[in-house]
Amino acid sequence: MTNSIADIGEAEAILVIGSNTTENHPIIGDLVKRSVTQKGAKLVVIDPRRIPLVEYANVFLQVPPGYNIPVILAMMNVIIAEGLADEAYIAERTEGWEEFKGSVAEFTPEKVAEMTGLSAEDIRKAGRIYGEASPAAILYAMGVTQHGQGTDGVKSLANLAMLCGNVGMPGGGVNPLRGQNNVQGACDLGGLPNVFTGYQKVDDDAAREKFEAAWSVTLPGTPGMKLTEVTQAIGKDGSIKGLFIMGENPMISDPDLRHIDHALDELDFLIVQDIFLTETAAKADIVFPAASFAEKDGTFTNTERRVQRVRKGVAPRGDSKADWQIICDLSAKLGFKMDYTDASAIFDEIAQLTPSYHGMDYARIDSVGLQWPCPDKDHPGTPVLHTAGFARGKGLFQSIAFTGPFESPDDQFPFIMTTGREHAHYHCGSMTRRSKRIDENYPEGFMEMHPADAQTMGVKTGDTVEIASRRGQITSKVKVVDSTAPGTVFMSFHYSESPVNVLTNPATCPTAGIPEFKVTAVNIHKV
Amino acid sequence: MINLTIDGTPVQVEKGQTILEAANSAGIRIPTMCWMKKMRPIGSCRMCVVEVEGLGKPVSACDTMAAADMKVTTQSELLHGMRRDALSLMLVGHPLDCPVCDKGGECVLQDMVWEFGVTEQPTPGAQPTRDIERYISPMIKQWADRCVLCARCVTACKEVKGIGCIEIKGNGFDSYIGPVEGVDCISCGECLSVCPVGALTDGIRDEKARIWQSKRITTTCGYCGVGCQFDLNVLNDKIIRVTTTDHDKLPNFGSLCIKGRFAWEFVDHPDRLTKPLVRRDGELRETTWEDALHTAAKKIKEVRDAHGPDSIAGFASARCTNEDNYVFQKFFRAVIGTNNVDHCARL
Ligand code: SF4
Ligand code: SF4
Repeated sequence: MTNSIADIGEAEAILVIGSNTTENHPIIGDLVKRSVTQKGAKLVVIDPRRIPLVEYANVFLQVPPGYNIPVILAMMNVIIAEGLADEAYIAERTEGWEEFKGSVAEFTPEKVAEMTGLSAEDIRKAGRIYGEASPAAILYAMGVTQHGQGTDGVKSLANLAMLCGNVGMPGGGVNPLRGQNNVQGACDLGGLPNVFTGYQKVDDDAAREKFEAAWSVTLPGTPGMKLTEVTQAIGKDGSIKGLFIMGENPMISDPDLRHIDHALDELDFLIVQDIFLTETAAKADIVFPAASFAEKDGTFTNTERRVQRVRKGVAPRGDSKADWQIICDLSAKLGFKMDYTDASAIFDEIAQLTPSYHGMDYARIDSVGLQWPCPDKDHPGTPVLHTAGFARGKGLFQSIAFTGPFESPDDQFPFIMTTGREHAHYHCGSMTRRSKRIDENYPEGFMEMHPADAQTMGVKTGDTVEIASRRGQITSKVKVVDSTAPGTVFMSFHYSESPVNVLTNPATCPTAGIPEFKVTAVNIHKV
Repeated sequence: MINLTIDGTPVQVEKGQTILEAANSAGIRIPTMCWMKKMRPIGSCRMCVVEVEGLGKPVSACDTMAAADMKVTTQSELLHGMRRDALSLMLVGHPLDCPVCDKGGECVLQDMVWEFGVTEQPTPGAQPTRDIERYISPMIKQWADRCVLCARCVTACKEVKGIGCIEIKGNGFDSYIGPVEGVDCISCGECLSVCPVGALTDGIRDEKARIWQSKRITTTCGYCGVGCQFDLNVLNDKIIRVTTTDHDKLPNFGSLCIKGRFAWEFVDHPDRLTKPLVRRDGELRETTWEDALHTAAKKIKEVRDAHGPDSIAGFASARCTNEDNYVFQKFFRAVIGTNNVDHCARL
């Protein structure tokens, strides 16, 4: 997030797009509700589903899956046409404005209304609410990024925020809500193919030399493969022979499960490190038992860039060990010593090598953590990014050409399926579904279908249907509810009984490598 | 800014602050039962009564605004008596089951009754019971007899969570907390965490422990990116519940969702991997660390020697700690010699 969670309470208007906040980030969802009911903030919700926050919204745009970009463009069109753009901010802090302005001109509310079935008047209202408020915050999640044009979706939101002078303002910002507890940290700590910690590029000589000196080794200077490229490569050209997976279950969470299943069989070795024998671990040659979050010390970095302590409450179960310890042991076997006395010593090395974490240590983050960047020991952390300017100097308006989702409904696959989570379960369910009370009370998933579609198909709540896409088929029980528009169905991906990702499309956004989970053309039959 | 005096001490606060907030800021304690910083004043418990010079009757400090030149008294015989009366009223029908109540030792009512030396109970309490099967939500037990009707839970459910699925039902001494027709509980446990007495208790595990018998370890939730802070309550190396007692702490102010508060039983699930496994004759078999690490190192070396470091890839984890991820990418880059490291952030 460019801003802080608490900051949301300062916003005059909030735009929630592609985020079912009350289910996936409940504490932030609560805050949005309170901003509306107790502070009079206006709320715009853009989502294919009638999510719980819609009840609090001044405008709800029920966008068809894959059409965020034209809707944002139309909102900007309205803001510009009605003179709501922040000219002073644009002149002072941005560039590329004139060209960008031209690219928005054709996206009139009427045109986008025609493309999406939304009302032009509602689009205008949404544009006005965002444009008239100051500051206004944008909250988004996977409903924006898990698209073929995910990166363009994010850029569009950045354009919108700059247009109204909302970047660098408390209560404003462009705020991605991270779905998994430590997505932010995994990225910050170099769990990416092109960067070391703190986004220092592997092909930047100075950065590489710094790490080479610190680790006393020679390091490769070409960026590696993205996750989706790796899984594709294993099956296709066999260039990946060995895979080591720590704490992930791509057998459930990756798109096109059938392909992954097959790909993992092709490997010379698969090592999996996890707390359970997940679907992926079951296919491994070697499985290392890891300690759970309750059994180890460390830190997580939350969605507002706050680095917070994880503390050991109970001993590791059985012979399991903290993930870092296992890797250090393995490293020693390969002749490279990593002798850390404890997690705190690792953190000190991280702080030493990472400018944005440089001022942090366990003592400083003990009570409420610190938000990066925190460049030195006296720095109080950074609640709002870009207050004085953008990292690159001026914020660049980037024109976006809308190409649309990869799959559209056709005769063979007439429905669009979109995916998401439920509040009681988490991701592939390996933890929540093994928490007895939770699973007892939330035992099964449903495919949500609009009453009009249900009537045409003659299905009712509780019936079982078969759902097929170009890649595979699964079955699920149906819940008839008007949360989606007719023609769109929704499924969550927590239940291995109905593994949704058998159906999803592995085609990715070319920049981010994120699959288009949110738009899959499917066919549905009653069984 | 406004200047007033509380117990003879000059206090300066911003306009719009209550007498209670003014006192708190000056470090002067006024006893409260229903008031919580994160909610609007409820004004039900009458414990925070104070005298204000020039006003005929004592007022509640939680919902009376501080005003310029106010002279406030927080301790007097009159106030002490009123607070004792308020406590006696709360004890009407309250079972004196503190020895078997989960909340014993950390109950606001217990502490106040002790502090004010209340020994008389106007109407005797219900017979204590050790267990009860009535749930306000599937995760939470409700002991209606212990309820003091402070309305913290009702207010928190509505105001903090925006749900409003519980309300005060009935009248007078027959009032109780009950469900609101047609509004579903989301089992977030907000009500549980704000209940000052033992009327709502955690229904996940039967193991119980007094606060001084169990350890409480503050940690960060392992589910979503909000990073809520909570306390693991540990007895004999087992988690028995998750609690939040600090309602002033960033980023969640004592609130959690169903996952953070109740979805921790997986830690001791029998499916937990407790031994390394190595596939032999097509089957994963339990083995020693020495064997598993040796086998893994051998395979890594073989593949790297035959096909080069870029033939190996690693997926780090958005679920693991920063330290885990740091060591993982260091291992890939420095030891294996490839930048083929990514993680499931995008999924
Ligand atoms: S658990 Fe949450 S939703 Fe349910 S009654 Fe308590 S506060 Fe309300
Ligand atoms: S308690 Fe709920 S909202 Fe808080 S971090 Fe955990 S999953 Fe997220």
